[in-house]
Amino acid sequence: MNINTTKIISLLFFIFSAFYLYTAYQIQVFAFDENAPFNARTFPIYLGYAGLFFSGLKLILPDPNTIKVEHKTLEYKKTGILVLIAIIYGATILKVGYFLTTSLFLMGSYYFLGERRWVLIFMLSFPFVAAFMYLLHGVLEIYLRDPFLKLIGVMG
Amino acid sequence: MIEGILIGLTTALTFQNIFMVMIGCFFGTIIGMLPGLGPMTAIALMIPITYGFDPATGLILMAGVYYGAVFGGSTSSILLNAPGVPGTVATSFDGYPMAQQGKAGKALAIAAWSSFAGGTLAAIYLLFLAPSLSKVSLSFRSPDYFALMILGLTAIAAFSSKGQFIKAMMMVVLGLMLASVGQDSLSDITRFTFNNMNLTDGISFVLVVMATFAMSEALTIILKRNDPTAAAKQVSLTELGSIKIDKEERAKMLKTIPRTSIIGFLIGVLPGAGATIASFLAYGMERNLVNDKEKEKFGKGSVHGLAAPETANNAACSGAFVPLLTLGIPGSGTTAVMLGALLGFGIQPGPRLYMTNPEIFWSVIMSMYIGMVVLLILNLPLIPYIARILAVPKNYLIPLILFFSITGIYVMSFNNFDIYLMIGIAVVATFMRLYDFPMPPLILAFVLGGLMEENLRRSLLLSDGSWTFLWDRTLTACILSTTILIVGWQIYKTIAKKN
Repeated sequence: MNINTTKIISLLFFIFSAFYLYTAYQIQVFAFDENAPFNARTFPIYLGYAGLFFSGLKLILPDPNTIKVEHKTLEYKKTGILVLIAIIYGATILKVGYFLTTSLFLMGSYYFLGERRWVLIFMLSFPFVAAFMYLLHGVLEIYLRDPFLKLIGVMG
Repeated sequence: MIEGILIGLTTALTFQNIFMVMIGCFFGTIIGMLPGLGPMTAIALMIPITYGFDPATGLILMAGVYYGAVFGGSTSSILLNAPGVPGTVATSFDGYPMAQQGKAGKALAIAAWSSFAGGTLAAIYLLFLAPSLSKVSLSFRSPDYFALMILGLTAIAAFSSKGQFIKAMMMVVLGLMLASVGQDSLSDITRFTFNNMNLTDGISFVLVVMATFAMSEALTIILKRNDPTAAAKQVSLTELGSIKIDKEERAKMLKTIPRTSIIGFLIGVLPGAGATIASFLAYGMERNLVNDKEKEKFGKGSVHGLAAPETANNAACSGAFVPLLTLGIPGSGTTAVMLGALLGFGIQPGPRLYMTNPEIFWSVIMSMYIGMVVLLILNLPLIPYIARILAVPKNYLIPLILFFSITGIYVMSFNNFDIYLMIGIAVVATFMRLYDFPMPPLILAFVLGGLMEENLRRSLLLSDGSWTFLWDRTLTACILSTTILIVGWQIYKTIAKKN
């Protein structure tokens, strides 16, 4: 049997809505608020039912515009690597600092997306990030935490 | 009103704000020219930078980006038959054939002048309409607001779903669910945080916008092997020709512009409708209004056919500000992003905005006009050069979009969790985009979530828990009836289509 992916997504959304609704009922409200016309759990409960209603409707109603995605043509590998680099970037940015991690993230992304001109890769990473940092930190006075630059004495 | 206009001009005509409009228009044009990256992405990428400015300047910058992106979309429609944004699809019907006849420069000039005229006329309508509407909307009560928000969400789902209304409504519910995470605004009770301290304050609006637009659009481009810059590379090779418009063409434009600006503006005011519907409707209406000889030219490079959608889409952009500025309810995904940014500044748009923050209210209206002038005198002659900048390969473009997105979150929270959450939401959004789940309804719902709950709370408390507040007032009942009609019609269409 060929299962429509949109229906699978709808089923997942149905399960998610059921879980959301269950969690909404578990929200602890103050005792004096328990029987009030509106408390912290009222709106989420309605949302949970709305989620069940629409995803249920999508599941039972016919799907006139079935979307077919050719998975073979999709670039999963590069996308996955890019997401992985972004996660590593997110994990190191606070400990190492903005300048070094951002520059390395950009270098890595350019390289994995197929760029091999090292001069361009370098120019659009370290000097570019330095200029951007100056714009944010120096001109717009938006604070940027950077232990690495602090360590080498560039940033106060 | 004169006093307000002067306040607006004083604020908008400072060196810093004019510079911001120019930067916004320039940046918006670049992003708008790239197929797949629209005004919402452009504005989302700008949000972290706007936090370095005062609210008026931040909003002026975003308005400039908005208009620039629409203008950029028209350029790629005319030169490449590749609309950068949906609102400029109708522009390609006559703009592209004109460019193929060696009159690309002329087509761009007609589009630019029509956009300028449409935007200017709409800014004038807004100038007169917004204060009056603000006064009228002061009589709105919580039930009316609640009903109006439901109508706005339903309408955006109906218009943005390309026949997939239920999917769009699922995205609306998901947006509202995401908005419900964190502390309840009244009781401070935490909801859906699962004892994670990082979620106590809720999910940041910038995070959701960056994840669902900027980041997921970048990932979609890589995943689908698209190259948005490939089209731009051809532009630099195109001979544009003269940008002069002759007397006969001017006369045709003078007939088209006033009527299509009105229809564009009115469509823009409607919640959820926006530039795409306005441009198609104006194109269709114009074809019916011209004589038979002109009618035959439609689709083959008609001046009327090009001026109509261009006037209407710009007028609609200004019209979309009406519900935002007067009711505090955005009518489109783009104005929802702007509302989110305003809330970030601690400003609540609504009927009292022009009394409490007149400098913001009027300077935004004035900056629209300045934006139009900037687009006309700066961007039109610069198009070939902007196109060359766009020839940057996607190998550079995508990492730079990801870099701006992550930096945006980093400077706001200095928190690893937010970066992981953004990446997670972006991955899910990328997957959902593949199956045509629209993102603008999610953003609008996320922005309106808090306000909607607040108005429902007040309505239920006032009516002592009874849902009769939905039909007690005629206005509320009318708004709700319209919503029910839209939902019923959309579900009927889904069933009828299959049968």
